[in-house]
Amino acid sequence: MTEKMDKKPIISLRNVIKKYGENLVVNKINLDIYQGEFLTLLGASGCGKTTTLRMIAGFEDITEGEIFLEDENMAGKPPYHRNVNTVFQSYALFPHMNVFDNVAFGLVEKKMKKAEIRKKVREVLELVQLTGFERRKPDQMSGGQKQRVAIARAIVNNPRVLLLDEPLGALDLKLRRQMQLDLKHLQQQLNITFVYVTHDQEEAMTMSDRIAIMNGGVFEQIGTAEEIYEHPKTKFVADFIGESNIFETSIHAVEEKMLKLIMEQGDVTVREQGFEVNEIAYLCVRPENIKISEFPVEGFNLKGIIKENIYVGSQIKTTIEMINGYLVKKTAFPDGDMKPAGSIVYLYWDDGKSVLMHTKEDKIYNYIESAEGGSIPS
Amino acid sequence: MKKEKKKKVKNQNHTLPLLAMISPTVIWLFLFLVISLVYIIVISFMTKGPFGTIKWMPSLQSYIDFLNPVYLKVFRKSVEIAALTTVFCLLVSYPFAMALSKTTGKKKMLFMILLVLPFWINGLIRLNGWVNILRETGILNSLLMKIGLQPINFMYTDGAIVFGMVYAFLPFMVLPINNSLSKMDPALLEAASDLGAKKFRTFCRVTLPLSIPGIFSGTIQTFIPSLGAFYIADIMGGGNTMLLGNLIKNQFTSARNWPSGAAFSVVLIVFTLIVMKLYNKVGNPEDLV
Ligand SMILES: Nc1ncnc2c1ncn2[C@@H]1O[C@H](COP(=O)(O)OP(=O)(O)OP(=O)(O)O)[C@@H](O)[C@H]1O
Ligand SMILES: [Mg+2]
Repeated sequence: MTEKMDKKPIISLRNVIKKYGENLVVNKINLDIYQGEFLTLLGASGCGKTTTLRMIAGFEDITEGEIFLEDENMAGKPPYHRNVNTVFQSYALFPHMNVFDNVAFGLVEKKMKKAEIRKKVREVLELVQLTGFERRKPDQMSGGQKQRVAIARAIVNNPRVLLLDEPLGALDLKLRRQMQLDLKHLQQQLNITFVYVTHDQEEAMTMSDRIAIMNGGVFEQIGTAEEIYEHPKTKFVADFIGESNIFETSIHAVEEKMLKLIMEQGDVTVREQGFEVNEIAYLCVRPENIKISEFPVEGFNLKGIIKENIYVGSQIKTTIEMINGYLVKKTAFPDGDMKPAGSIVYLYWDDGKSVLMHTKEDKIYNYIESAEGGSIPS
Repeated sequence: MKKEKKKKVKNQNHTLPLLAMISPTVIWLFLFLVISLVYIIVISFMTKGPFGTIKWMPSLQSYIDFLNPVYLKVFRKSVEIAALTTVFCLLVSYPFAMALSKTTGKKKMLFMILLVLPFWINGLIRLNGWVNILRETGILNSLLMKIGLQPINFMYTDGAIVFGMVYAFLPFMVLPINNSLSKMDPALLEAASDLGAKKFRTFCRVTLPLSIPGIFSGTIQTFIPSLGAFYIADIMGGGNTMLLGNLIKNQFTSARNWPSGAAFSVVLIVFTLIVMKLYNKVGNPEDLV
């Protein structure tokens, strides 16, 4: 995965702002997308994912800022002059054309020779496993098949970047899972850069090299699935990706790489740096990292009472009520540590299994790659 | 067993109101369309009696009369004018329909009203308005002379007839085309642009083909009425040009020859049916409804 990604960005967004009238939809975003990368824009409905993608494709002009495609400023360039192709959520297949003509559309515009067009269309239809469907009209095909025609129609042009806006949104779960893997393999095989939009975090985690988490028109965090899950940078990310226990804390004391935290639920000491005394922060612990003990554990003073244990097949989901009524979520394998409901327990977790986050940056946090020294997986 | 019975009852419940709903239409159609049509067809095969009466003696004389070169010329002229009307109507309507399909909300309402509003006024009055503007000493020419240009003699020509017809049938072309264009997913235009097609190419490869059902339906709705229209030719042509519609009207009124009027009508109807049949063969019949 790493070797095919050289460090030169193929697409760069620089301080991109998009307003519809007074409505600020994309708020000064910065993003570098690298050759051969599978990058996903993930976020809740209305956060500006589609708008961002449409600005890259050239369907929407930019209010402020710049977009570069291979170092070339795209300002004022219409879609037909950009070497990117889009897979639309509604597929947007031409209803009056059969599969062959749909797929050949871009090649015809390039004035390619007929024989060559035929060869290329055949190859790409084979790639998406639609050989034999050439004469079908779009309304004679299933959603999954239409989807693959839309992909074939885009990739046959050999674009530098493929933009996909929730391409699997209309498919049922089983087909969607299958298509996720197919798309991922296709991307690796073709070595085309994919910019993928979804609001499904599992889908994003399955497919992406990197994920950009969007919220209210800004990127909350950009990183690999693992980075985002293990080290969420903001409370929003911690909440949005997977489940989290989030404690509001205040830094009580800073001792040599260790911080003493006070919270309503009790006190803990964690190994963190970069915080000041009296600063308010969020402490995030994933449910699977919460451990329980009958006796107090050193560095932790978190007492609670087990409210319930729920078996969900492979896991046990435990809810622990803390002193202030806060409910802590804990998951464990059935053979893991477990106490019956009503037991008094002391919570703890292993070193490095919690993440401490600044609060003042929670909402206005804007990720800038260069400041981070690049966050590409290595 | 029980279930079946229930189903039957349900079916009955459905058929009864359905019958009640369609029967007025059926009765209306029967009274005003079928009966009069049959009557026309029957008398077209009869003989003309003295003083505009019908002699109930079968004959093909009226149809043989139609083969008279004078009448055939009228027929050809009518088809020509109807075809010209359709072509000009299409040329004027298409850009308008495109603009109309792109607007939304209040603006669209306004456009629609502007398009349809004149048609709430009687056609004769509107046409006479045009006569006032276009005639030799009319508003247009006095304006032209005021700014020092040559006056034009447009009234009472074939051009004036076509103009009057284009004006009269414009909405019947604009609305179906607008309908086709509005149904088109705007993402298709983006997809075409995304795949490298510039505006004109996108129009040729996507917009135009997808609006063909509208063009078909608009063409029929313009061509057929302009084939039979007579008052437009009377007013705009000043009686200089005789069209099929005028001919039929004259047979029934001044010539008092009902069988031949009926026979010419049947010719027109049959011709219309043939045109529609040909059209349906080329286009998609479903879209013509
Ligand atoms: N053409 C437009 N005019 C005005 N506002 C718009 C327009 N397009 C989008 N918006 C607004 O911009 C915001 C972001 O829209 P966008 O389509 O980018 O969201 P999204 O992240 O793709 O959401 P979803 O997951 O629902 O597709 C929304 O609040 C939307 O209402
Ligand atoms: Mg969207």
